Amino acid sequence: MAGATWREIFPGNVVLTPGSTKGYHTGGWRSLRPVWDNSKCIKCGICYVYCPEGCVSQDEDGYFMADLDYCKGCGICAQECWTGAIEMVEEG
Amino acid sequence: MAKRKRIGMEVALAAAEAVGMCNVDVAAVYPITPQSHIAEHLSELVADGKTDTEYVTVESEHTSMSVCIGASATGARAYTATCSQGLMLMHELLPIASAMRCPIVMSVANRPVNAPLNILSDHSDIMPQRDSGWIVIFSENGQEVVDLTLMAYRIAEDKDIMLPVIIGIDGFILTHMVEPMEFPDQKEIDKFLPPYKPYATLHPDKPLTMGAFAMPDFFPQMMKAKDMALLNSKKTIVKVWDEWERKFGRRYRPVETYRTEGAETILVTMGSMSETAELGVDELRDKGVSVGLVKIRLWRPFPSDELKVAVKDARVLAVMDRAVSPGTGGGPVFTDIKAVFYGEDSRPIIVNYVMGLGGVDVTVGDFVKMGEKAAKAKKEEYEFYGVMG
Ligand code: SF4
Ligand code: SF4
Repeated sequence: MAGATWREIFPGNVVLTPGSTKGYHTGGWRSLRPVWDNSKCIKCGICYVYCPEGCVSQDEDGYFMADLDYCKGCGICAQECWTGAIEMVEEG
Repeated sequence: MAKRKRIGMEVALAAAEAVGMCNVDVAAVYPITPQSHIAEHLSELVADGKTDTEYVTVESEHTSMSVCIGASATGARAYTATCSQGLMLMHELLPIASAMRCPIVMSVANRPVNAPLNILSDHSDIMPQRDSGWIVIFSENGQEVVDLTLMAYRIAEDKDIMLPVIIGIDGFILTHMVEPMEFPDQKEIDKFLPPYKPYATLHPDKPLTMGAFAMPDFFPQMMKAKDMALLNSKKTIVKVWDEWERKFGRRYRPVETYRTEGAETILVTMGSMSETAELGVDELRDKGVSVGLVKIRLWRPFPSDELKVAVKDARVLAVMDRAVSPGTGGGPVFTDIKAVFYGEDSRPIIVNYVMGLGGVDVTVGDFVKMGEKAAKAKKEEYEFYGVMG
């Protein structure tokens, strides 16, 4: 509904399409990007649990990665990782 | 029009009886003086099976309003009541209810706000809610409480409005007064108030989102849509009131007048003090003072045009405020009324008496004194009436 006039807005700002936030890419907010060093990873899944965007997923080998379309670079995963396997790197 | 039996009843109980006739699905009411008798009597009506309502016994007013918003979003007709600190605790949620266009109805038993603690009556609790996007209607006596409550859902749920409604019932002065009132039959109310047909409901079968996040490309449109809905609601409110008059014979207007013909000075009141002010006007007229009375019934949306018409020939307006708007140099009704006349070529002198704070009785004699003083006014005044020094 971006660009809609006030008359076109559905009363109460009701969003009729479920899951429409998927279309909003919070990755655009990011200035630091998490980079995983799998050699230090113990596969505990804490980064997966703590990511506020829910954008961390596990690959077939059990290691973790972020979907950069949605990773906003908050650094919580890096902060919470026990082993220091995640480093926040400046976006170039 | 059918001749109806009038019955004597405490006004708070009558408010609950009226709510009980509205086929309310969910009520979430946390008791607080002087609203408690509404909460108690409504729960009696539910317990006695007189109304098929889910009564949620919440732990605070913040929750009562949250329950109402959630219930309303699922398509239920929702009701609550509060006042004073309870209303202040609810404050956070009021703009959410209006932005989500939840047609909730709330009775507010107007009471002061702390500190100092005072449980009696004035309008200090409703004034901080002015900008929350609710329709706010004031009542003057028990019959009006019954009528306005019975009409509230018709107004709130109208597809051109879809906004929550507050009915202001001055604490104690009205809530605890026993007055003669008449009630329409349940059948008549069922006809007047059809079941609520929401435009959208929260249901897992048809997922949708209400009150969602909005970025700057969207947020201002949203605010304008809500403001326009409130501004435009006035004509529909009047239409509902007209229908009520045709069916039940009692007339309601956004601004009501009493003996304003040719009046040089017009007193402006809101809420329960209006009837006392009428007696004051009678006494002043008997003394030869040219005074009339204008009563603000509809506080939001503010009836600017109706007010201009009602006072068009007056030299002086004396606005009686039952609340303070600290730091603005006047009471809240006063500052709103001054704004109405800013764009006019000729405007009355507007004086402001803040009175009746914390339950101070305002008597007929007080209105006579204020009327006589206002009639001599040469310029704008702002006075705490009756406060020494
Ligand atoms: S930086 Fe923040 S958003 Fe990105 S993956 Fe880590 S926790 Fe998630
Ligand atoms: S928190 Fe660190 S160690 Fe645990 S799974 Fe994530 S990257 Fe690996």
